Amino acid sequence: MNVQLPGPSLNSPVPALALRGLAKRFGGKIAVDGISLDVPAGSFYGVVGPNGAGKTTTLSMATGLLRPDFGTAYIHGVDVWAKPLEAKKLMGILPDGVRLFDRLTGEQLVTYAGLLRGMDRDVVAQRVGELMAALDLSGDAGTLVVDYSAGMTKKIALASALIHAPRLLVLDEPFESVDPVSAANIRGILDNYVASGGTVIVSSHVMDLVQRMCDHVAVVAAGRVLAAGTVEEVRDGATLEDRFVQLVGGGNQTGGLEWLRTF
Amino acid sequence: MVAHLLSLKWRLLLNGFRRSPGQLVGIAIGGLYALGVVATLVGTLVALRWADPETAHTAVVLGGAAAILAWAIVPLMASAADMTLDPSRFTTSAIPMRQLLTGLALAGFIGVPGLSTMIVALFTAATWWRSVPAVLGALLGAALGVLSCVVLSKVITTATASLAASRRFKDVSSIVVFVPLVLMGPIVAGVFRGVSGSTGYLPELARTVSWTPLGASWSLGGDLASGDVAAAGLKALIALATLLALCAAWNLLLKRALVTPPFSGGSGKRGGKLGLFGLLPATPTGAVAARALSYWIRDPRYAASLIVVPLLPVIFLFQSAQSGSYSMLVILGPMAAFVLAWSIAADVSYDSTAFALHLATGVRGIHDRLGRALACLAFALPVVLIFAVGPFFLTGEWGWLPGILGLSLGVLFTGLGLASIVSARYASTVPLPGDSPFKKPPGNVAQTLAVQFGGMAVLFLLVLPELALVIVQSVTGDPLWGWINLAIGTVLGTALFVAGVRVGGRWLDRRGPELFAQLSVNR
Repeated sequence: MNVQLPGPSLNSPVPALALRGLAKRFGGKIAVDGISLDVPAGSFYGVVGPNGAGKTTTLSMATGLLRPDFGTAYIHGVDVWAKPLEAKKLMGILPDGVRLFDRLTGEQLVTYAGLLRGMDRDVVAQRVGELMAALDLSGDAGTLVVDYSAGMTKKIALASALIHAPRLLVLDEPFESVDPVSAANIRGILDNYVASGGTVIVSSHVMDLVQRMCDHVAVVAAGRVLAAGTVEEVRDGATLEDRFVQLVGGGNQTGGLEWLRTF
Repeated sequence: MVAHLLSLKWRLLLNGFRRSPGQLVGIAIGGLYALGVVATLVGTLVALRWADPETAHTAVVLGGAAAILAWAIVPLMASAADMTLDPSRFTTSAIPMRQLLTGLALAGFIGVPGLSTMIVALFTAATWWRSVPAVLGALLGAALGVLSCVVLSKVITTATASLAASRRFKDVSSIVVFVPLVLMGPIVAGVFRGVSGSTGYLPELARTVSWTPLGASWSLGGDLASGDVAAAGLKALIALATLLALCAAWNLLLKRALVTPPFSGGSGKRGGKLGLFGLLPATPTGAVAARALSYWIRDPRYAASLIVVPLLPVIFLFQSAQSGSYSMLVILGPMAAFVLAWSIAADVSYDSTAFALHLATGVRGIHDRLGRALACLAFALPVVLIFAVGPFFLTGEWGWLPGILGLSLGVLFTGLGLASIVSARYASTVPLPGDSPFKKPPGNVAQTLAVQFGGMAVLFLLVLPELALVIVQSVTGDPLWGWINLAIGTVLGTALFVAGVRVGGRWLDRRGPELFAQLSVNR
């Protein structure tokens, strides 16, 4: 676990991300039901929840991709929905389940992300080289992203989110289909980033990973926050996984399926 | 099991309708078209009942052979080949091979092309309603022929499946297909002239074809009607052997396809080449333009809309050569301007959810609009100029050049401006990234058509001044009006271009998330 956090930034009065009463309804289904949450600056924050809990919807609304029905989000005190351009400068996002401009080569895509943000060509070129090397993509920098594997695609999307050195990183399922070596690699990069004062929010299904990696966690289910705080507070002595199952409910249906033992 | 496969296919078809009413409208239009074609063909076949046997035989055999060829070639060209029952999806279901084959073959009849072919083929019995053996022969032949059609198309798609799975092949083939399609008019006209010039040759061709796998089954009715039992027997054997050989080939290919999933791979390429990103200015607008231009070159969906442009002069030259007058050629410039300008009217829709990057980076709407429009303009402007000036070397009526040039530029700039607004406001249903440009796009087709035609109507209104000046010049014959047109087209077009980019940019700034939500629906 990562414990050498810079103290002051944790106690800084302005949270890196503050959600206030975010709510979204799709047709008759309420996807997010009034979520308020403070993510302290300098924290490594995990958002966990079962499938369909509203994690992606919440993060989309927090990052300016999806307009909320109610509530808003603040990035370091900047209202995402009142001043979107200013807020977007402060964060890098890795949305889940969206396409990339995959007919560009890997380095073209990351360069594109940098230039779209109005960055200088030389700075972009230098950072692209370093990012590709750090993410072990240098050997495929000239390959079209459409020919990348799923894990490589995740990594190139992460590089696009990092190019402008944001203060807040919002990563939706960053470790999905990433191999263990690359995952360790990415975790190292993120740990360093947090150690130097940045804030990371990751959503994940993998409790083990969140328990080891994050210092804060929020458990989301059915569009509400069930528990939030430091990992120690939330897991309350148990493993995060047990606590999660306990909070979310279900998971005790190991009865039945007797026929499965009768081969 | 066979029944299960059939009901699965039926269910897939019905659920497709349920997903969107637009799809129902689309298939209804397609169905009506097919119904028209089927009715015409059935009517012809019935009418052939009273034709002399020679003519009837020729028509039926050649028509049938054409049908078999079509079933073989069309799925090859259109990756839109019906893959709803893709054999590779049954890999894990452990269905006995024989039942899988029967089920898939019969399922091939569910759908517009299968049903149409079957109905038309069965009506060859009406043509040979001359004696009992002839009718029976025609029915047997129709059954064998239609089955051969379906199985042949399956053989072709299975054989090329692994080839077709490679991205490069898909990219290239999906564009090349457009060439014969666009040139359909001249090709048909050429064949028609060739045929009408030598009708005496056709019965001979039909007799030869009837001994080949292509025509054997379609010949049974005719041979029995003229009492040639021996020939009919031999041809029935040929047709049967064809069908069996096709089934065996399919069986073999399918077995292999089920255990070897399509392979896609490639070696990594080191970086260092930024292409257009290194050439164009390092600003958001420049980056958007570089990205858009890269896509114009690399994405077959864009290239498909471009391939029409070089073919336009071919079509017009062909028509002019037939009519002997080249004056129609002058509309090449305005026409190309329209096609090119309107090609970015669905630009954001082509991005699909990759548009999230623009939203996440907070690129200003006006930079996004301007970059895309300039990318299109970069190649559209020279092409339009060439197309506008070129025809005058043939016609020599240089007095018309300024007017036509004015109209072309007016259409180009106005169209780009309007397209910038349309694509910022409406998400159209377009083929998804990586899909064939031919594939039926998901989502509400009716809305897309409404937006596209609505936009074109507005464009027509916006270029009315230029059009009116062309008419004035043709009435008065005074070339001065042409020069006025050149000025108006350039000035008004540029003004509308700037206005379109600005309004589109503002809409994009304000409604970016809503547009992204629309795009997310159709992924």
